[in-house]
Amino acid sequence: MTDAEIRALILELICDIAPELDPASARDQDDLREIFDLDSMDFANLIVAIHDRTKIAIPEADYNKLFTLAGATAYVREALASSAARTR
Amino acid sequence: MNAPEPTLTPNRMTYREASKQALREALLSDPRVFLMGEDIGRYGGCYAVTKGLLEEFGEERIRDTPLSESAFVGAGVGTAMAGMRPIVEIMTVNFSLLALDQILNNAVTIPHMSGGQFAIPLVIRMATGGGRRVAAQHSRSLEGWYAHIPGLRVLTPATVEDARFMLKGALADPNPVIIFEHVMLYNMEGDFPSDMKEVDIARAKVRRAGRDVSLITYGGSLFKALQAADALSSEGIDAEVIDLRTLRPLDTKTIIDSVARTRRCIIIDEGWRSGSISAEVGMRIAEEAFFELDAPLRRVCSREAPIPYAAHLEDACLPQAATIVAVARELIRPS
Amino acid sequence: MNDFKMPALGADMEAGTLVEWLVKPGDRVKSGDVIAVVETQKGAIEVEVFAEGVVSDILIPVGERVPVGTVLAQIDGAGVAPLPVEPAIVAPKPAPQALAEAPPKPTVAPQVSRRKITPAARRRAVALSLDLETIVKGTGVEGSIRLADVEAAASVARPAPPLTRRGLDLSQMRQAIAAAMSRSKREIPHYYLAETVDLHLSLTWLEAFNADRPPIERILPAVLFLKAAALALREQSKLNGAYENGVFLPAAGIHVGWAIALRGGGLIAPAIRDTDKKTLVELMAAMRDLVERARRGNLRSSELTSPTITVTSVGDRGAESVTGVIYPPQVAIVGFGRVATRPWAVEGRVESRPLVTVSLAADHRVTDGHIGGLYLAAVARLLQEPEKL
Repeated sequence: MTDAEIRALILELICDIAPELDPASARDQDDLREIFDLDSMDFANLIVAIHDRTKIAIPEADYNKLFTLAGATAYVREALASSAARTR
Repeated sequence: MNAPEPTLTPNRMTYREASKQALREALLSDPRVFLMGEDIGRYGGCYAVTKGLLEEFGEERIRDTPLSESAFVGAGVGTAMAGMRPIVEIMTVNFSLLALDQILNNAVTIPHMSGGQFAIPLVIRMATGGGRRVAAQHSRSLEGWYAHIPGLRVLTPATVEDARFMLKGALADPNPVIIFEHVMLYNMEGDFPSDMKEVDIARAKVRRAGRDVSLITYGGSLFKALQAADALSSEGIDAEVIDLRTLRPLDTKTIIDSVARTRRCIIIDEGWRSGSISAEVGMRIAEEAFFELDAPLRRVCSREAPIPYAAHLEDACLPQAATIVAVARELIRPS
Repeated sequence: MNDFKMPALGADMEAGTLVEWLVKPGDRVKSGDVIAVVETQKGAIEVEVFAEGVVSDILIPVGERVPVGTVLAQIDGAGVAPLPVEPAIVAPKPAPQALAEAPPKPTVAPQVSRRKITPAARRRAVALSLDLETIVKGTGVEGSIRLADVEAAASVARPAPPLTRRGLDLSQMRQAIAAAMSRSKREIPHYYLAETVDLHLSLTWLEAFNADRPPIERILPAVLFLKAAALALREQSKLNGAYENGVFLPAAGIHVGWAIALRGGGLIAPAIRDTDKKTLVELMAAMRDLVERARRGNLRSSELTSPTITVTSVGDRGAESVTGVIYPPQVAIVGFGRVATRPWAVEGRVESRPLVTVSLAADHRVTDGHIGGLYLAAVARLLQEPEKL
C-alpha cells in the first residue's frame, strides 16, 4: 500500500465512525481526535477498523502514535512492511 | 286449544316458544328427561311454556303435581339420584322458598356428602321478577340468593337464543342447575342463527360494545340496559352492555375486561341492593380492577321495599332505562 | 385486549410522532418486540411492546403527532395476561403497623391531599410523570380528577413542529435537555461530593488484560468505572431509584443510564440493563452498541425509560472533573473526570500516579452526604481490585 492509499483508508474508516464530518478538511499534523471530535470509544473503534482492514497488530501502548493522520499513516506503513519482512 | 304457539320462522320466535322448543328437544333426545310441576300438563303452565306438551308426550313424562314445592322438588332430587333427568318447574321464585330445604340441604349437598357417589342432574326452572302487577308475593327477584350457594349453577337466559339453548347445557351438567326466566321476557321476540345448536353457558356476553361505560346486567334488566344504551348513544355516550347470563359461577374475566376498556361501570340488578348479586359483581371489580377505574362504581337496583301492586309504584320501584341513563350521564358528565 | 400507547420516554416528553409501523394488523407480537418507530426530541426511538398477542388494530397512522399516553394500536391478548410496563421501579413495601410511639414524621412529609383522584387517573399521572398538583379542577364525579383531566394536562404541551425525518434533530434535543435540566435544578436539592481515586492498580491490570487481546476485545477504562459505579450501588441502594410524588421508589434492578455525548451537541443517557450483573466484556459490547445506536438516533424505548441512575465519564479529552445534574426522576448522577497523571503520596513517598476525580450529585430529599460519601468510598475501593470487577 502506498502512503496515499493508507491515508485514504484511514479517512474512510473515520468517516464510517463520524459520517457527518468532511474528511477533506484533515491536515497531516492535526490530532484526529480533536478535528473529528472522536472520544475514547470512537478512537477504540478506529483502531478496531484499521486492524480489521490491514490485519496489523496495534498494541494499546502504541495508540498515541496514531493520534495524527501523519502518525497513523507511518505506523500502518511500517507495520505492514515488518509483517511482510517476517513472512518472507 | 292446545295447538302449539306458531313459530314466526324456524329461527325467529318468542321467548316462551323458545323455552318450549328447548323442552321438546330435551324430551325428544333423551328418554330419561321428564317434566314435573304445578299445572304444567292440563293447564299448560302458569306462563304457558309447557302448553301442548302433555298431548305430545303423555302423562308419564309431563306430570302435574300437587301444590307442594317441597314434595315435587324432593321427587326431582330422588329421581335424579336414580338416574333420571328431571326438569322441575316451580311457578315463580317466590314459591321456591317452600322447596329451599330440598334444594339447599339435599340437591346441592348430596353429591358432596356422598363423596361423589351421587350426582344430582336436576334442572329447576322458575319464573322471576316483577312488572306484571301481581304484587309483593309474586314479583320478587331472588336469583341473587341462589347465586350464593356453592354447588348450584344459576342461569338467567335473557334472550330468545339463550332461552332456546341454555337448557341443553343445563342438562349436561351433573349438578343441580336453576334456570330463571324473567316474567317480562316471555312475549319478547328474537332470532338466532338458523344453524345454531347450542350456547356456551359458562361465559358472560358483550351484547353491545361501547367505550364509555359498562352496563353490567342479566335477565329481565338486559333489555332495559340496551334501551338505555340506545338513548345514551344519542347523547354521544357509548355504553357497553354485558349480559352476565350465568350468575354462578360468575364469569369474572369478561366483567374485568369490559371495565378495563371503559373504566366506568353501572350494575343493573332487579334484586334488592343489599347483599345482592350486584354487590358481588361490584366487589369483584373493586378487588380485581381497582386501578382501571376512572369513576366510582354505581348500581341501579330495586327499591328496598316489598314490590307494590299499583302500576306507578311498581314502575318506580324497579330498575328502568331512564334511571340507567340518568346514572350514566352523571358518571360521565357530572353536572 | 392491551393498548399499545405512546410511551413517555423521559420526564420531559409530551408528544411524539409516529414515523414507522413495523407490524400490521394480524401480526403476532411478544413482549420486547420492537413494533414502531417514534420520533421524539431524542431522535427516532424504536418502541417495544410489553404485551403478547396479535395486533388487532392500528389506530394512529404514520406521520401523526400525538400526546404521550395516546393509544397507538391494540394488541389482542387472547388470554395472555398483560405484562406490567418495565418493572424497573418497585413500590416500597408497606410500612409495618405504625406503633403509638412511632418516631415523628419528617418535617418534609408529603402533603396530605384530600383531593379526589380516580385510581386510573393516578396511575396515568405516574406514567406521564405529571404532577397532579398542576391540575386545578377535576371534571369527574364529585369534582374528582379523572383520566381525561390528566391527559388534558399532559397535552397542554409546547406545540413543537412536526418531524418526519428519522434521525436526530439537535435543536429538539436541546429543548428536551433544557426542560429536563431546568426541572432538575428547580425541583431537586442537589448535594455534591467528590473523591480522587488512584487508578494505578486498575490501569495496570487493564493494560495486562488488553495486551494479548485483539482490538475488538479490548476494554476501555470507562468500563471499569461503569462496573464499579454499578456494584457500589448494591451497597447504597438509596441512590438507585426514582423520586416521584413525594416518595422515593427504590429500583428493583441496577440499570445505569450511560451518558453519551453527540457530536454537534446533545446528550443522551440510555440504560444498560442489570449493569451490576454484566461482565466487563459484556459491558464493553453494550457500551459500543449503545454509542453507535445513540449517534444514529436508533435507541429503543425501554432504554430511555429504564435508567435508575446516570453515570457520565468525560473520557480522555474531557475536563479533570465533572459534577452532574440529576436527570429526574432519578436521584443521583455519578461523574468520572479525565484520567490525569499527578503526584500522589504513597507510603510516605510522592509518586506519579494516574488519578481520576469521581463525583456524586445526589438528591437531598432522599439521601444525605453521609450515604453519598460511603458510596464514593465503595467506588474507590472497588477500583483497587479490578480483577474482581
